[in-house]
Amino acid sequence: MSTLILPAVISGLMMGAVYALVALGLTLIYGVLHIINFAHGSLLMLALYAVYFLNTYLGIDPYLAIPIVLPVFFALGYALQRGLIGPMSSGSEQNVLLITLAVSIIIENLALYFWTSNTRNIDIPYVYDTVELFGAFIPFGRVIAFFGALAVVPLLWLFMAKTRTGSAIRAVAIEKRGAELVGIDVNHTYAICFGIGTACVALAACLLLPTFYVTPQVGYTFVLVAFTTVVLGGMGSLVGALVAGLLLGLIESLCGLFLGDSLGQIGIFIAFILILLLKPSGIMGKAP
Amino acid sequence: MMKLNSTGQLVLILVAVAYLLGVYFISSPVWMGFTINALIVAVLALSWNVTGGFGGLSSFGHAVLYGTGAYTSAILQVTYGVNAWVALVAGIAMAAAVGGFIGALAFRYGVKGSYFALVTLAFAEVFRICAASFDFTGGGSGLQLKLAPGISNIQFADRTVLYTFLLAIVVLVMLLTAWIKYSRFGAYLVAVRENEDAARALGIDTYRIKVLAMAVSGAFGGLAGVLYLQLWLFIDSSIAYGSSVSIEALIGPIIGGAGTVWGPVLGTLGLHLIGEGAKTLLSNAPGLNFVLYAVVLICALRFMPNGLVGLAGRIGPFAKKESKDA
Repeated sequence: MSTLILPAVISGLMMGAVYALVALGLTLIYGVLHIINFAHGSLLMLALYAVYFLNTYLGIDPYLAIPIVLPVFFALGYALQRGLIGPMSSGSEQNVLLITLAVSIIIENLALYFWTSNTRNIDIPYVYDTVELFGAFIPFGRVIAFFGALAVVPLLWLFMAKTRTGSAIRAVAIEKRGAELVGIDVNHTYAICFGIGTACVALAACLLLPTFYVTPQVGYTFVLVAFTTVVLGGMGSLVGALVAGLLLGLIESLCGLFLGDSLGQIGIFIAFILILLLKPSGIMGKAP
Repeated sequence: MMKLNSTGQLVLILVAVAYLLGVYFISSPVWMGFTINALIVAVLALSWNVTGGFGGLSSFGHAVLYGTGAYTSAILQVTYGVNAWVALVAGIAMAAAVGGFIGALAFRYGVKGSYFALVTLAFAEVFRICAASFDFTGGGSGLQLKLAPGISNIQFADRTVLYTFLLAIVVLVMLLTAWIKYSRFGAYLVAVRENEDAARALGIDTYRIKVLAMAVSGAFGGLAGVLYLQLWLFIDSSIAYGSSVSIEALIGPIIGGAGTVWGPVLGTLGLHLIGEGAKTLLSNAPGLNFVLYAVVLICALRFMPNGLVGLAGRIGPFAKKESKDA
């Protein structure tokens, strides 16, 4: 059995790092704007399609697509918050949740309309070259995704701690009125933050697609996992999201091993329900 | 069953009633067919309305109630050969129990607001994965009822009879909703929505009220699921527990007017009319009706916070400024 468990643990951690990356964007948006962005998964799906089309029609390698997709999705996120979610929600928590839900319905069903429900993937031969890690053979693409996702946490942390924009974001998150008084443009900062969150998703898409697939429904699965990650890690905590993402990848992989593939994700959702009930502040979060 | 506050609301309701009765005379199978679907969704919308409307407990996973009703009835009929009416009652009871259970669990630990939405969503997802994985639910291939028209099997060969049956059920659920609204229980529930701490300070057992609301909502939602099953004679995990069910449950009441008797029905009918119109214009493209629903939802949230009923309440000689009664 131990010969099966170790590979499951390692591949679970690899997937967990991508979950963490997706959740980083979500937790950043929650930590600053205090909104639960339901459209996060649909934006991931959209980014996956962007990477897919760049590769299929222009022959661009998914990893080289990062400098193209990242700024585009930053701009998309910025525009979405500034143009739609901010002005339409009139500030109520309930409305924001419903509006981001509506945005995700629109994106998903338009994708279904234009691109049909076919499962698509790209063919990059070298990502399936296996790397041996502690006796487990892992596709090269998964290893890149793992380290790529891990690298984002310190980068994002440095950005938040050391840059002027990062300070502004932190100021707005802590004390909105005060930040406004010292001359910070709150709506601009909110939109920047939403843009960064969306850019995280675009990066995740570039790292994910080589060893994954895309359908219009793929975002729904990810958004639930991302919510779980964010809540488990503590809403707004970057390190928490990383730890929680890895943990959930592990849970999914082990549940899949012991209960069968189709039940793998059930472990995640049960973990989600238990956390929401028992410790909604998460493992790294402050008490609400 | 209603306390009208304005001519606007009266006109709105009269239009809806005229439409529902008009379907008898148009004698078009297309209109009849799509109104039949809308009526089933209206029951689901009325289910969401109990918790989401009166109680302010917005659920994103009402499919868990709908699917449980449908699956309970289907398993009893297919596997154990139970009579459809008995299965209907069992489906309603089971969904009420699941609703009460989720409520008891969530409210015991003080889950509220967006967290409640996420908990319900996660439950729906757990149920969906289970239904797709276990054998007694038919797994991935779903469950199929035997075609056996007859009132004892709740299967109607004549569409007009089916339509009348569903219309009667919608009216019944609306009457129950009105009864809830004007009962002590409804008043407590609204008190919980408006200010839970104050309600508790006044001696209301808010935990009990909220769990009860979830159970009542479960009964209505389970009923909607069983009706779907009886109409199409088939369910699988994504039909019963899919996210689109949960979305349909909440979108009608919010657009029509949450926490009102007529709002959920008006909202659902209106949306289905728009969706059907779009389908006709755009040659049956899949998913486009949902795009329209979502656009209408965003506009409704921005421009008519109390839904159609609230908007209509501001029109006419006896209009109040912001009225939620209808």
